Amino acid sequence: MKIQKKINEFLPLPEWLEEYFIELAELTHFTGTVFRQILKRPFENKELLRQAYEAGYKSLPLVGITGFILGLVLTLQSRPVLVEFGAEAWLPGMVSVSIIREIGPVITALIFAGKVGSSIGAELGSMRVTEQIDAMEVSGTNPVKFIVVTRVLATTFMLPILVFFADAISLYGSYMAVNINSRVSLSLFFNQAFDSLSYFDIIPATIKTVFFGFAIGIIGCFKGYFSNSGTEGVGRAANSAVVTASLVIFVIDLIAVQIAELFSNLNSVF
Amino acid sequence: MVDKKENIAEKTSKVDIDVQDNVIEVRNLQKSFGDNHVLRDISLNLRRGENIVILGKSGIGKSVLIKCIVRLIYPDAGVVKVLDHSIPDLDDDELNELRKKVGYLFQGGALYDSMTVRENLAFPVRRTLISKNKNEVERMVREVLENVGLEEAIDKFPAELSGGMKKRIGLARTLILKPEIILYDEPTTGLDPVTSKEISELLLDIQTKYKTSSIIITHDIKCARMTANRIMVLRDGLFVAEGTYDELKQSDDKEVRAYFK
Repeated sequence: MKIQKKINEFLPLPEWLEEYFIELAELTHFTGTVFRQILKRPFENKELLRQAYEAGYKSLPLVGITGFILGLVLTLQSRPVLVEFGAEAWLPGMVSVSIIREIGPVITALIFAGKVGSSIGAELGSMRVTEQIDAMEVSGTNPVKFIVVTRVLATTFMLPILVFFADAISLYGSYMAVNINSRVSLSLFFNQAFDSLSYFDIIPATIKTVFFGFAIGIIGCFKGYFSNSGTEGVGRAANSAVVTASLVIFVIDLIAVQIAELFSNLNSVF
Repeated sequence: MVDKKENIAEKTSKVDIDVQDNVIEVRNLQKSFGDNHVLRDISLNLRRGENIVILGKSGIGKSVLIKCIVRLIYPDAGVVKVLDHSIPDLDDDELNELRKKVGYLFQGGALYDSMTVRENLAFPVRRTLISKNKNEVERMVREVLENVGLEEAIDKFPAELSGGMKKRIGLARTLILKPEIILYDEPTTGLDPVTSKEISELLLDIQTKYKTSSIIITHDIKCARMTANRIMVLRDGLFVAEGTYDELKQSDDKEVRAYFK
């Protein structure tokens, strides 16, 4: 309310834009609180492991299946064009660069946002509505530390691991697709795939998945933690967590690509 | 039917109240949400060993009042003192320390869905570092479960419990920290008359056994009759009547009398 008054004093804005800025300010404040709690003792290691299991291990089948289909389809779709130009041998390299640099991290993050982000939003929303968060607070436990920090750290650490896993399965799917039309050994396929990759493909892609994971966790927690209006609010929190996180993933991706490009250019200059 | 009424009348709060010792002191408390002035000028003193029942229509701000007392909601103005500590002025660590002495029973029990009853009860003990010893925590869990008569529910999840059981387990979770003060938010709402009576009796037993002082928010006049040493009626953000059950039943105010029919 105070933030709203201050904004109104300095800059009269349309209502929707005002609401957007207020939510952004609240999210920034919430993120600051989470960072302060991350560094504070005692550390919630047991709960962190439980959340890592929930977010990471339980997402393996979905991420694996999606990755496999992704590699398979990408290879089958790309092959005819490359065959037309007599460049079929480039197929493993092209697919690996596409998957490692862009498609693997982004698609896995979107799936992760759909599965884990919505679940965090709904779970925390439900905890808010049924006063479980208040109950935690009055029993002397900091709910941000116990509920939010553990989930945000779990998504931040688990998504890069899931992306590695999805990339590997995806390349295997691509290998299977290549072998539908011709015979290529597994070692030759992976040699060709990795020959096309450099550190500038792998490192920025890995770093951005850390940010994707953090964004999914913090947005899911923020939407759920501050949800209201009963069961309707819980549904809205889950939905909003996925939509916002998906949008933020694309924005982070856009920024990450620009930064990676900048470093790549600097590297070629020196 | 007559016998039953007599039984209820027999079991009422009969404890020694220290009129000199206020465990909760609220003066000129105000709280608004936008243009909705929920609490306009609220003052009350809860004495050691006393049960105060707050009556009032739904949405009038009864829960807001007790949430201000434990700082789940910040008051806009006024004084809120619990065990001589000014609640709005405490830092987080001091507040957490004080909250160990103040129990809060939520309307729906507010049990943690992902935990069993045992884990729900052990949670505040481990978190407040009263004890980390596994056997000691288990002993404390079993003791409070025995006190609320639900030992058999120890391994159940909240989804497997009835409304009355959830309230009892919620109460057990509150009692495990042995608080000096308990705030009850509608302890009998949504329960059948028999279970409501059992819960009301449980509140009385707790007052006697644990020597607690309590604020009880309820619409259930039978519960109020059994548990209250003093009843306060909240209307339009103010306390409009205060007294014992029998005094308020004879009140000149028609709206106050209406609660006792």
